[in-house]
Amino acid sequence: MINREASPIDRNTKVISIRGLEKSFGTMDVLKGIDLDVYKGENVVVLGRSGTGKSVLIKIISGLLKPDYGTVNVLGNEVDLLSDKDLQALRLKIGFSFQNGALYDSMTVRGNLEFPLKRNFRNLNRKQINEAVEEVLEGVGLLQAIDQMPSGLSGGQRKRIGIARTLILRPEIMLYDEPTAGLDPITSIEINNLINQVQQKYHTSSIIITHDLTCAKATGDRVAMMLDGTFLHQGTFDEVFGSDDPAVKAFYEYNFIQ
Amino acid sequence: MASTTRPATEKYFLSKGLDGTFRDMYNGYRFILRFFKEVFMSPFEGREFVRQCYEIGYKSLPLISLTGFITGIVFTKQSRPSLSEFGATSWLPSLISIAVLRALAPLVTALIAAGKVGSNIGAELGSMKVTEQIDAMEVSATNPFKFLVVTRVLATTLMIPVLMFYTAFVALIGSFIDIHQNELTSFVSFMEKAFERITFLDVYSSVAKTLVYGFTIGIVGCYKGFNASQGTEGVGKAANAAVVLSMFLIFVEEIVIVQITNFIR
Repeated sequence: MINREASPIDRNTKVISIRGLEKSFGTMDVLKGIDLDVYKGENVVVLGRSGTGKSVLIKIISGLLKPDYGTVNVLGNEVDLLSDKDLQALRLKIGFSFQNGALYDSMTVRGNLEFPLKRNFRNLNRKQINEAVEEVLEGVGLLQAIDQMPSGLSGGQRKRIGIARTLILRPEIMLYDEPTAGLDPITSIEINNLINQVQQKYHTSSIIITHDLTCAKATGDRVAMMLDGTFLHQGTFDEVFGSDDPAVKAFYEYNFIQ
Repeated sequence: MASTTRPATEKYFLSKGLDGTFRDMYNGYRFILRFFKEVFMSPFEGREFVRQCYEIGYKSLPLISLTGFITGIVFTKQSRPSLSEFGATSWLPSLISIAVLRALAPLVTALIAAGKVGSNIGAELGSMKVTEQIDAMEVSATNPFKFLVVTRVLATTLMIPVLMFYTAFVALIGSFIDIHQNELTSFVSFMEKAFERITFLDVYSSVAKTLVYGFTIGIVGCYKGFNASQGTEGVGKAANAAVVLSMFLIFVEEIVIVQITNFIR
């Protein structure tokens, strides 16, 4: 069922490079010295229990949160040192798929997809906008939902539309926040396949935040296991879960016994 | 970057509550500054602005009509006994029109709008915040502040004065019905007497008041919604705080503007 072809990874080009990243909220230290490199064309899965700071990590990468310490370099730019204008320009190259889709409730699916396109490419005419919207919707298999309101969509459909909304800007990097959380196994497989298709079709590099091992195995070229705000292990899925570390074993057994 | 030492516990300058209040005031001040910076910068979200004017203005008409009408009738009924003691019931139209235009219409419109529009803005933006829709706008390289805040604040600032004139008109109609039933005054005679004592300063001061009230309702609703904390509880708190704070500020502004108007008068 898992449709995964090897995607060419350029090991000489780092699209994301993080060194010594720390972030706390009040007295709670969430990230305690994160080091991570993502290479061009690579899917990196960040695995870990809920509340370990996985989502905080990708929010810092996209500039939604500021780091306390450390450096976050994305496509050659230090994210927290960018001006508002430069950050906007960088964000055009980063797609962010939110856990629940984060679709705009007051707009139809078409409105959701047109929203970033119209505001970032003001010279597009109606025909070009329609073509772009239909192309990405076709890509995620939901062209028939084009005039529906988000409230009428299922959880899986909302996630697909959320991914389509980011793809319409042709990002170089995709950040997925819990792409399969709350979905049934069949829909989860569809989302995993979609993540792989996006990597192959649009040649994106991705960070996939999840606690779902099936998703990690299906989509990740590399897995980084997070525990207590740091990475416990990094490597291929088999390397990480071949470890004798009790924390890794407990995570693995819990997922697969379920 | 920064140093590597971090205090083990949070420290407060005065106390947790007071620090929070001052931080909130400072953030509110920065929010207002950002509004004035962004309102003059292109591009302008014209379609969303028109939609907000419709939502805020047109959709408030039923409630405003009812409230204005009742205000006019009740104020006329309550004023009549006092004036009739001096045989001055013929002054009722003038009294009502001055009271309505100077005080009742601006205040009633603003308070109704604070409850209906302010809570709506606070809840809508709060909900967008907690469901990450505002973050989604930001990461897609668009400006949520311009789309959500600037359009709503401009719409409330422009629509509340319009609604105030409508409230005044409906209140005068309510008053006329009551006066016509009791004193048999004709509509033309009522209107002549009603506008006899109205000055341009009355109109200007009411417009100025409602512009300020409209801005207050919009900016407070947007600020509370934009800064809603996580979870559905945060949405409720944002809506509630938007109403309470904007009503409080409206009364404070009323005192200040009345003082200024009396000084000019």
